Amino acid sequence: MGPAEEGRQKAGGNVANFRSSAASSLGKRGAALHVSSVIVILSGAARVSRPPCRSVVEAMKRYSALAIAREAARYHRGWERAWASPEPKGDYEIVIVGAGGHGLATAYYLGRNFGITDVAVLEKGWLGGGNTGRNTTIIRSNYLQDPSAAIYEKARALYETMSRDLNFNVMFSPRGVMMLAQTEHERRGYLRTVHANALQGVKTEFITPERVKELVPIIRIEGPRYPVLGALWQPRGGTARHDAVAWGYARACSAMGMHIIQNCEVTGIVSEGGRVSGVETVRGRIGCRKLAIVVAGHSGRLAEMAGFRLPIESVALQALVSEPVRPVLDVVVMANTVHGYISQSDKGELVIGGGTDGFNNYTQRGSFHHVEETVRALVETFPIISRLRMMRQWGGIVDMTGDRSPIISKTPLEGCFINCGWGTGGFKAIPGSGWAMAELVARGTPGPLAAPFGLERFREGRFIDESVAAGVAH
Amino acid sequence: MSLRLSSGGRLIERDRPLDFTFNGRRLRGLAGDSLASALLANGQMLVGRSFKYHRPRGVVASGVEEPNALVGLGRGGRFEPNRRATTVELFDGLEAVSQNHWPGLGFDLGALNDLAARFLPAGFYYKTFMAPRGAWEKLFEPLIRRAAGLGRAPEEPDPDGYEHFHVHVDVLVIGGGISGLQAALTAGRTGARVMLVEQGPHWGGRAPVEGVRLDGRPAAEWVDAALGELERMGNVHLRRRAMAVGVYDHGYALLHERVAAHTPGDGRPRHRLWKVRARRIITATGALERPLAFVGNDVPGVMLASAVRDYVVNWAVAPGRRTVVVTNNDDAYRSALVLREAGLEVPAIVDARPQADGPLVQRAREMGIRVVSGSAIAGVKGRRRVRGVRLCAHEGEGAVLEEIACDAVAMSGGWSPVVHLWSHCGGKLLWEEGQAHFRPDPQRPPTGADGAPLVFAAGNANGRMETAAALADGQVAAEAALKALGTGRERGGARAPLPAVAPEEVAPMLPVWLMPRKAGAKARMKMWLDFQNDVKVSDVELAAREGYESVEHTKRYTTLGMATDQGKLSNINGLAVLSEALGQPVPQTGTTTFRPPWAPVSFGAIAGEARGDLFQPVRETPIHRWHETHGAHWEPVGQWRRPYAYPRDGESLHDAVIREVRNARQAVGLLDASTLGKILVRGPDAGRFLDMIYTNMMSTLKPGRCRYGLICNENGFLIDDGVVVRLDKETFLCHTTTGGAERIHEHMERWLQTEWWDWRVFTADLTEQYAQIAVVGPKARALLERLGGMDVSRESLPFMEWRAGELAGFAVRVFRISFSGELSYEIAVPAGQGLALWERLVEEGAAFGIMPYGTEALHVMRAEKGFIMIGDETDGTVIPQDLGLGWAISKKKADYLGKRAHQRPHMTDPNRWKLVGLETLDGSVLPDGAYAAAEGVNENGQRKVQGRVTSSYFSPTLGRGIALGLVEHGPERMGEVLAFPATGGRIIRARIVSPVFYDKDGEKQNV
Repeated sequence: MGPAEEGRQKAGGNVANFRSSAASSLGKRGAALHVSSVIVILSGAARVSRPPCRSVVEAMKRYSALAIAREAARYHRGWERAWASPEPKGDYEIVIVGAGGHGLATAYYLGRNFGITDVAVLEKGWLGGGNTGRNTTIIRSNYLQDPSAAIYEKARALYETMSRDLNFNVMFSPRGVMMLAQTEHERRGYLRTVHANALQGVKTEFITPERVKELVPIIRIEGPRYPVLGALWQPRGGTARHDAVAWGYARACSAMGMHIIQNCEVTGIVSEGGRVSGVETVRGRIGCRKLAIVVAGHSGRLAEMAGFRLPIESVALQALVSEPVRPVLDVVVMANTVHGYISQSDKGELVIGGGTDGFNNYTQRGSFHHVEETVRALVETFPIISRLRMMRQWGGIVDMTGDRSPIISKTPLEGCFINCGWGTGGFKAIPGSGWAMAELVARGTPGPLAAPFGLERFREGRFIDESVAAGVAH
Repeated sequence: MSLRLSSGGRLIERDRPLDFTFNGRRLRGLAGDSLASALLANGQMLVGRSFKYHRPRGVVASGVEEPNALVGLGRGGRFEPNRRATTVELFDGLEAVSQNHWPGLGFDLGALNDLAARFLPAGFYYKTFMAPRGAWEKLFEPLIRRAAGLGRAPEEPDPDGYEHFHVHVDVLVIGGGISGLQAALTAGRTGARVMLVEQGPHWGGRAPVEGVRLDGRPAAEWVDAALGELERMGNVHLRRRAMAVGVYDHGYALLHERVAAHTPGDGRPRHRLWKVRARRIITATGALERPLAFVGNDVPGVMLASAVRDYVVNWAVAPGRRTVVVTNNDDAYRSALVLREAGLEVPAIVDARPQADGPLVQRAREMGIRVVSGSAIAGVKGRRRVRGVRLCAHEGEGAVLEEIACDAVAMSGGWSPVVHLWSHCGGKLLWEEGQAHFRPDPQRPPTGADGAPLVFAAGNANGRMETAAALADGQVAAEAALKALGTGRERGGARAPLPAVAPEEVAPMLPVWLMPRKAGAKARMKMWLDFQNDVKVSDVELAAREGYESVEHTKRYTTLGMATDQGKLSNINGLAVLSEALGQPVPQTGTTTFRPPWAPVSFGAIAGEARGDLFQPVRETPIHRWHETHGAHWEPVGQWRRPYAYPRDGESLHDAVIREVRNARQAVGLLDASTLGKILVRGPDAGRFLDMIYTNMMSTLKPGRCRYGLICNENGFLIDDGVVVRLDKETFLCHTTTGGAERIHEHMERWLQTEWWDWRVFTADLTEQYAQIAVVGPKARALLERLGGMDVSRESLPFMEWRAGELAGFAVRVFRISFSGELSYEIAVPAGQGLALWERLVEEGAAFGIMPYGTEALHVMRAEKGFIMIGDETDGTVIPQDLGLGWAISKKKADYLGKRAHQRPHMTDPNRWKLVGLETLDGSVLPDGAYAAAEGVNENGQRKVQGRVTSSYFSPTLGRGIALGLVEHGPERMGEVLAFPATGGRIIRARIVSPVFYDKDGEKQNV
C-alpha cells in the first residue's frame, strides 16, 4: 500500500467515525443524501461510492454561547485552531487549487455530499484572501436566465442555513436586495425578471417608487436625473460576512480531515498520457487523481499550466467603505443605471461597489475615476452621504467570460476540472458553486446545476447572457 | 485637570478668543486652537466612548492619527460625524457633540458591554448567535445593528460645494516638515515644476516643537525663510491643509484640501480634490509615535508623549498637572523636559530599558526628574481619568513595586515612519531592527510607467530619525527624483549648503510590545492595541491561537486597524504581538496592505462639482426647450431625455399616447428624431468596411438610396439596427438607435483600429451636428409641399431614397424612411436650424392637424407594424434569424461580424425561439416581460417555458392589446393559444399571430 492508499484509508476511517456519531441524528436530509449516494453507486459514473460525510460539526469542538462562557473562565486559552496547518502529503485523491470561498465550498461538499475527504486545498497566500475577502458581500438570486437563477438560488438557499450547517456564524442577513429601475428600459427588464423568477421559484417582486422610499428613507426617488420608476425587490436577498464564509468552510473541511495548505503556490500541473497526475508547488510536487482549479482572477494562468486556454479576461474591480455611522440603510440598493451599489454593514460602514477597469490587469488596484463615478452616483441618489467619508478603498481581480456567466466544467485535460468566470458576482454563488463543482469533480460529469456552464458553450454559441438583467458589476 | 498655561503656545493668539460648544456646554478657546487643544484647555479630557465596550475615551494624539477624540460637528445639513477633534481647527460658533453613548457621555449604558468584556473576545460573534433557528435574523442582528456605527449620519442634504482641480508637476513633495521643505528647495532651485503640500494648517512639521536649531536659529525661523524662498520661485506651488491621500499608478496622486472646513458657509468650496499627475513623488510624511501596551493604557489622560509636548508647546495646554512619562526610548524625555520647563510636575520617567543614560536622560536627571529604569507600568488607576500609575519591573510579570499619583501619562513606544503613500502603489518595506520599525526599502520602490522609481521617501518617513539626517535626506531624495526625471537639471547648480544642526546623541531604544514583558493572561486582556475598536493584546493572541495566523486574518478576525484611524497607532504594535505569539520575527509576519486613503476623504469631495444639473448633464436636442414648453413628459434615454408624450391639460399619459398615435395614422405627426445616432463613415474602403460591420451588403448601395441594416457582435447577437444612407461614392451615413450611437461608434473604431487598421476609412459621430425631424402620416407630403422647395413626390423621392434640397428656405436632407408604417419623411438640418424648422412645421402643419408625438407613440406604431426595437426584442441573446430578419443577412458576402458565430450549433438550432405576434383572447394588454409556461419542470425544478413577451402595448389603431414575443417554433404555431402566468396568480391566454398587425403589405408607407 503506497502512501496515497494509506491516506485514503485513513480518510475513509474518519468518515466512518463521523457516520456512527451522527447515526442517531439522521433526519430527513440524511435520508436524502443516502439516496444521492445510491445514485452515485448505480450510475457508476464515478469510482466514488462511499457514503456521505454528514456530521462534520460533531468532529469540531462546537461553538456556542456556552463554550464562550466556559472559555472566558480560563481567559480563552482553551480555544483550538479553527483549521489545522498540516504539511502537505505526497498524494491526495483530489487537489483543489485555491482556498477561496468557491474552492473551500467545493471541498466541503465533496466531503459532505460524497464522502470524499482525501482532499488538499492549496492556497498561494492566505485562505479567503482573494475576491472572497474583497467583495461587497451581496447575496441575491434574482437572475433572468434559468441556469443562473438555478445556481444562485441554490446558493442563496444554502446561505440561509449556512451558520448552523457549519457551526460558524456567517451572519447571513436576508435584509432584502433592491435593484432600482431608473429608465423605462430597466423597468421593463425587471418586470421580465419578476415573471421569470416566479416560474423559477425565486421570490421577487416589482415594487413602486413609494415602497422604495418606505424601505429606504434616505433615497431621493424624484431624481432629478434619473427618477426611480420602481425596483426589483428580493426580500430574502441580503449580505453575509465574507471572511466568515471562508473561515467556516475551512474549519469544517479541516475537521473532516482535509488538508488546507496555505502559502503553497502552484507552479505547474503534471499530467501523464493526457491525464492529470499532480501539481508542482513551491513546497514540492503533490500528486492527485483529480484536480480542481478554483482560482478566480488567475484562472487563465492555471489553465495555461494545464495546457488549455480560457475565454476569460481579468480586470480590476473596486470597492470602498465609509466610516461607520448609525444605521441609515437597512437593505441593499443597486442602481445599475448610474453604476453604484450600496449597503450598510452591521458595523455601520457603508459598503460600496463600483465598476470594472476598462483594461486587463492583475494588480488588485484600480483607477480612481471609477471610485469617483460610483461615489457621485450615490451622492446624487442618497444626498445625506455627502459629508460622510471614504475610509478605505481596494480592488480585486475578477474573471470575465464572454457572456458574463461562470464556467464549471471539465477541461481538455482529463481529471482536471475548472470553476471560474464568476465575474463581479461570485460571492453570492459560493455554496451553490461548491455544491455543483463537488458533484462535477466527484462524478466526473456535471449535474443539472453545472451542466449549462460547461466550456463547450462558447464553441456552441449557447451563451447564458444576463446582460439585460445585470448590465453592470454586481 | 488639563489647563491653559499662562505663557507659551506658538500657535495660539491669546487676544482672539473663540466661543464654541461641546455637548451644548458653552466653552471658550483661542484662535489657533484645534478643537482638541481647546477641549483640553477647558479641562475636557473625556471626549468619547469606544466602539465595542463603550470605554471612556480621551484625547491620545495631536494629529491625524487620533483614534479616540471623534466628535459630531455642526448642525442640520452641515452636521458631520466622526470628525477627529485633533484636526479640526477651532472657529467661532463651532458646535461639537460626543458620540457613541446613551444617555450621555458621562453615564453610558453601553458601558455594560465593558463589564461583560470577558465574554466578548475577538470574533465572539462568529461562535454564537446561531441558535435557535431564526434568532440571528429576528433578534441578534437587529440588536447588533442597534449598536452599530459611531456618529449619526446627517439628516439633510449637504449645502456646501466641492470642486476638483487638476495639475501636472515634475515633482510632488508630500509633507511640509523640514525634510519636505528641503526637498522642495532642492527641486525648486533647478526650475522644475514643484508642488509642496502639507496636510495641516502649519508648515515646519515637528522641528519647531522640538526646539531644534538650524544654523543656530530656531527652526521656525529657518522654516519661514525656506517658505519665503519657495514663494518667490514661481515654479513652486505651496498648499497647506492639502492632504495627500493616495498614490496611484503612473504618478497619479490625490490630494484632499480643506478649503473652507474651518470657515463654514463663507461661499468657498468646503473641500477641493486635487488630481495631480506627478512625474516623481517625494514622501516626506514624517513618522508616528507608537503607544505602549500596558494595563489601562486606554484610560483618558494616557497620551502619546509627543502629543503631550505638542499641546504644551503649540497651544500652551497642559494635559495634566502631574504627568508620568513611560517610554522605551530617549525621545519621550523631551516631553518630560518640556513639561518641567512649563512648570509642571513630572513625578517619574518610567523607562523600560535596563539602563538609561543618554544625554537627554542626563538632562532630565539634571532637572531633578526621577528616572526609573528597567521599569514598567503595571496598571493605571482611574476609569474616566488617570489618577495614578502602579510601577513594576519590566522584566517581570507585573508585581507592583510602588504607586505614583498623577493625572496624566505620556507614553512612547518608539516611532514608525509613515510609509502609507510609499506603499499604495507597490513600494516595499524593510524592517529596521534598531528602531523596531518598517521603513521604505530603497531597492524596491514603486515604479512608474517607465519602470524607473516613482516615489522617493525622505526624512523621518524614510527612517532618518535625527534632525540633521532628515534634513539631508530631503536633499538626497530631491536629487534622486530629479535624476530619475532625466532632465539633467540635477547637475544644474552647485549644492546649496545645508543648515548646520547640532549633533544629537541618542541612546538605542528597546522594542517593547508588552509591558511588563511577562504580563499574565488577565493583564493582557486590559492592554489596548486598537483604542477605537477595542482590540487588546489578548485578542490578537487569541487570533493566533485559533489559527488566524496571517496578519490579514488577524486583522479581519479581531478588527485590529479597521477603525476610522485605519490602525495608524495600532498596526505595528498589533503585528509585533502577533509575531511574538507565533514565535516568528516581525518581518516574517509582514504588514497588511496599505490602501488609500491615508485618512478618510469626504464623499462630497470625491463627487466634486458633479451634482444636481452637473451630475451626468442631460443631452438636449436643439428642440428640447420647445418640448419643455409644450408639456412634454420626459423619459430618460441614454444621456438624453426624450418626450414620452405631450399630455394636454386634464389628459392622462395613456390618453395622450392614444391621441398621438391616431393623429399620426390619420393626419400628420411630428417626431424629434435628433437623438438617433448619425455616424459618418468615409473613405475609399468605406463600403468594404460596412460590409463587415453590417450583416447586409452595404457596398452595393447606390448614392441616393437608403437601406435598413443590422449590426451583430462577433458572437452573432444583434446589437443595433438603423438605416444606412449612401451620401456619395465614398461616404455613408449610418443611423443608429438613440442609446447605441456611442457604443456603435466605439465598436466601429475598435475594429478599425485593431483589425483593419490599414483600411482607408474614417468615422465621425455627427449625432449632435444635425437635428432630425420625422414628419409622419398620410398628410406628410402635403405639408412638405406647402413648405415649398424641393420635389417630394413619390416619383422624385421614392420610399427608401433620400435627396438633398431646400424646404421652406432651409437646406435639408430628406430621407424617405418610416418606422411607423406611415408615409414618412425624416428631415435633417444643421443643428442650429432645428428649432426653426420644427416651429415652421408646427405652424404650417396646423392646417393639417399636426401634433407632435413622443417615444411611446413611436413604440406603439412600430409594434403595430411588427418592427423590432433594440433592447425590447433583443437582449444580447437574440440573433437576426430569431426575428425573421434573415432577409437582411447577405448570403453573397464572404464575411461579416457574426457570420462565423451564426454557424455555431446553438445558433442554427431549430428550437430557438422566434418572433411572433401575440393577441390576448380577451383583448387585454399582456404584462411586459411575461413568460409562456410549458408543461412540467426542468432538472433544477424550474417551470419549463416556451416563449416570452418582448413588447406589449395597447394599440389604438386596433383597439386592443397587442404584443410581440419570442416563442419556440412560433412561426409554425399560428393560431395556437399560450398561457402566460402573470403576477398575482392570474393566467392570461394569448393567441400566436403574425407580428405585423397593421398594413401587412406596407402600402401606406409606400404611397
